[in-house]
Amino acid sequence: MGVQKSYAEINERIRQGKAVVVTAEEVIQLVKEEGLTETARKVDVVTTGTFSPMCSSGVYLNFGHSAPRIRGHKVWLNGVPAYGGIAAVDTYIGATALPDDDPLNSSFPGEFRYGGGHVIHDLVAGKLVKLKVWSYGTDCYPRREIETEITLDQLNEAVLFNPRNAYQNYNVAVNCGSRTIYTYMGMLKPHMANIHYSTSGQLSPLLKDPNFRTIGVGTKIFLGGGEGYVAWNGTQHFPSIKPGPTENSVLAAGGTLTVIGDLKGMSPKWLLGASFIGYGATMVVGIGIPIPILDEEILRYAALSDAELYAPVVDYSDAYPNRKPDSLGLVSYAELKSGWVTVQGKEIPSAPLSSYSKAKEIAGTLKDWIQSGKFELTVPVKTLPTPADGVVGKPMPVKDI
Amino acid sequence: MLRFPATLAEQPLIYYLVKDYDLVINIIKANINPHKEGTLIMELSGANYEQGIEYIRSRGVQVQFLTEEIVRNDDRCISCGACTAVCPSGALHIERPDMQVVFDGEQCIVCQLCTKVCPLKAMEAKF
Ligand code: SF4
Ligand code: SF4
Repeated sequence: MGVQKSYAEINERIRQGKAVVVTAEEVIQLVKEEGLTETARKVDVVTTGTFSPMCSSGVYLNFGHSAPRIRGHKVWLNGVPAYGGIAAVDTYIGATALPDDDPLNSSFPGEFRYGGGHVIHDLVAGKLVKLKVWSYGTDCYPRREIETEITLDQLNEAVLFNPRNAYQNYNVAVNCGSRTIYTYMGMLKPHMANIHYSTSGQLSPLLKDPNFRTIGVGTKIFLGGGEGYVAWNGTQHFPSIKPGPTENSVLAAGGTLTVIGDLKGMSPKWLLGASFIGYGATMVVGIGIPIPILDEEILRYAALSDAELYAPVVDYSDAYPNRKPDSLGLVSYAELKSGWVTVQGKEIPSAPLSSYSKAKEIAGTLKDWIQSGKFELTVPVKTLPTPADGVVGKPMPVKDI
Repeated sequence: MLRFPATLAEQPLIYYLVKDYDLVINIIKANINPHKEGTLIMELSGANYEQGIEYIRSRGVQVQFLTEEIVRNDDRCISCGACTAVCPSGALHIERPDMQVVFDGEQCIVCQLCTKVCPLKAMEAKF
């Protein structure tokens, strides 16, 4: 029988300061040198990391009651609208929200200099943030307007709650059209003159546990520089896994996570507002997930390298916006990272949108936390849908009404 | 860049910049013809720089500053790489294998594309 370990055994070693923890990059070499069985026996935890723009992110917060009371019907933070459709002084600010007076794409391509992600960054950085609340007034909440300034410390709660983060894999974007296009995948020059990808490849959390054996509801993670948890599967969680075009390679895609954590424990370094020209504002989120090496199979996936991980190439001038299923083929992360990729016979310069060096720093930080005994692993309280469950996306029913 | 209206094309303004304001002048490109609007691209330096500019402006010359250089705010850059396949000169490039994005100002041709595409607004044009 192969190697079998339990969460309890691994946590015991973490408490004793004896756990062997390596990053998802380091483990690749280790398996090459010592083999799967030996490495599985030796290594307790593999740490992953990603630092990428993640639009489906935001913070819910409670700003406390004024005297007299107000029931926020409309709420703005630094001029960026937040959601007023929940209780009196609760609100949710989304990463892609933009000020009411933002010129958007009226002078194309728009700049989107400041949005919800920037507000969240300013909050975590401890800066003063302008809070404006508007209400229609009720007998129990008579006040109609407030303009004040708040800081993160003064809020009762501020919780980062991101409905879809850590996308397992992502389209590799090109532009087959004849004009420059501005997308959430960056600026894409015409006639496939550049190609952009957006995951950390061999460090990417969900690419290293594609069957969701260990990552589930309740998994404790590195989130925005603090501790967070996997709250649920992310929206559009449609995981699939297929063999890739080369031996032992894998095309895993479609998995996502909903994550949650106390904003007050996070750091401005790992939550950054970002502006995509012609597209909008978003937030770059740092996430790191530990993978306990419970058996050899878990290790086999955790040790997949950039050369064995593939992603589909998609045309963002037509196939993507018009939701056509065509793919221009598969490329490996090793090719993408090399700086040049060949697609349909054409050599194209490639660039990432996701910071590999920062992802590595996150995986390294999580490794330090675990080794120092301050971060133990949690057993998921519920597993997430796996590729075997075959969950697929439903298109929007567009009707004439 | 200086823009001369046709009426000023024959006046020795540059001579006065040197003589009265003691400025060092390096003309890069000149397009000045009698009785026509003219342009002059030049580098200007010296202690009385501000006064010199004020003088030629007061004479009706339009002064426009051209971008001199692009700088990177290293604290803002996260080495995402989004600028590297857009930068036409290779000034912004990835160093492998650690995937750090390097900015080499020497290679920069000041096209300013990076100032638009950098999601973190780390690239800045200095005038
Ligand atoms: S796009 Fe901006 S943040 Fe990203 S590597 Fe280039 S300069 Fe740095
Ligand atoms: S200004 Fe142009 S050439 Fe210079 S670094 Fe930016 S993109 Fe490259």
